[in-house]
Amino acid sequence: MSGVRVLVGTRKGAFILTSDGKRERWDISSPHFAGWEIYHLKGSPADPNRLYASQSSSWFGQIIQRSDDGGKTWHQPGTPPGEPTTMPDGTPKGESNKFVYDTSPETGKPLTTHQWYDGTAHPWEFKRVWHLEPSLNDPDTVYAGVEDAALFRSTDGGRSWQELSGLRGHGSGSSWAPGAGGMCLHTILLDPSNPKRIFTAISSAGAFRTDDAGKTWQPINRGLHSLYIPNPTAEVGHCVHRIAMHPSRPGVLFMQKHWDVMRSDDAGESWREISGNLPTDFGFVIDVHAHEPETVYVVPIKSDSEHFPPDGKLRVYRSRGTGDEWEALTKGLPQSDCYVNVLRDAMSVDSLDKCGVYFGTSGGQVYASADGGDSWAPIVRDLPPVVSVEVQTLP
Amino acid sequence: MIRVTLPAHLRKLAQVDGEVKLDVEGRVTQRSILDALEARYPMLCGTIRDHVTQKRRAFVRFFACGEDLSHDPPDAPLPEAVVTGTEPFMIVGAIAGG
Repeated sequence: MSGVRVLVGTRKGAFILTSDGKRERWDISSPHFAGWEIYHLKGSPADPNRLYASQSSSWFGQIIQRSDDGGKTWHQPGTPPGEPTTMPDGTPKGESNKFVYDTSPETGKPLTTHQWYDGTAHPWEFKRVWHLEPSLNDPDTVYAGVEDAALFRSTDGGRSWQELSGLRGHGSGSSWAPGAGGMCLHTILLDPSNPKRIFTAISSAGAFRTDDAGKTWQPINRGLHSLYIPNPTAEVGHCVHRIAMHPSRPGVLFMQKHWDVMRSDDAGESWREISGNLPTDFGFVIDVHAHEPETVYVVPIKSDSEHFPPDGKLRVYRSRGTGDEWEALTKGLPQSDCYVNVLRDAMSVDSLDKCGVYFGTSGGQVYASADGGDSWAPIVRDLPPVVSVEVQTLP
Repeated sequence: MIRVTLPAHLRKLAQVDGEVKLDVEGRVTQRSILDALEARYPMLCGTIRDHVTQKRRAFVRFFACGEDLSHDPPDAPLPEAVVTGTEPFMIVGAIAGG
């Protein structure tokens, strides 16, 4: 029987939950990287035993961890445990946590500043990796979205990282400004039908697309309307919280913006609002059903200052069809006195039949539905605040 | 032999227990100790000082012989007790909030 592995990043470590295809009983591994913030971990679609994790702290900075056995053991790429940490000539084997912005005149179109909260120019400073996106077909290739916003790529299994600097250098980078959570590149979507096409999203700059494997980029924010910026329809400056796609239809994108849920049917060339009857269209997560490309999930959050569900009721909303009509999914979720948040990387789906949907909360619960959202149950209740949830469907 | 103490998180990353003992060539300074430490434990590169600027990370402090050396120049000679191994060079995570 096939199974499921749920990768949970929290403020104080990573947890791995596994179950068989019934998804009724779950085994939870002890904390990995205990005490560190784990912004994200994700498995390679090409090799489910290859996992990457972003481990960081304000004290000691960024660490990249890799597992080649499905999360049983981990190491920093380039320095496997038990092996010499240096080459015979004494040089370090790997620099897996070295993220250096490209400032070379040949490729970097060097940028030295972006906009700070007060509108002044601020130096670009690497802080952490928010999101890791392994290649669809090469376990050794993985993309990293970082704060301050930039896209990096490793082609040697995470040993070394190079910036795809055409994104920062495409023209608007000096005007990007951080959102409340920092200026982060948090979403990376790889187009399964076109290996040269990548979508990214940055808070708070907007969504961007490359059609030449990362050399050149264009903003794809037409149709977004953000009342909290001086020009509500500006080309960049929108606080996009998350975008999602179904792999069978990569030209259709769904977006949870700071406010507004949006849809694009032309690979981001234009967007239209599909918030419809949602109780609030603020939120962070958005994801698509594994087998129904028109079925979308969001978790509405009351407002940008009140980061909890409206009325103290934790509700996932599901839209089928055009996206304007949303139904509340409440069975098994707390419907009173619930004031948790669900962060942007904390929802995922499995591809079993029926599709499983998972999300994690700032209260440390991970909820799962094994029936496409009709009913829910916590698969773990008392973790540290959850930052990210990824799901692997295992053969 | 130079003795270096690391905070718990960095000991775990480097897969060491207790103090680290290093041979340091030339003058014993913050820089030469960190160079030797990172050469032996490359997984610590970037965790104590920035990869590019080589500046001490803000929440990391250096102490020896009861003195706070965090703001001393990186090439300043360290106390003789550190050079002789009588006292350790202490790398400490700053306490920030409760």
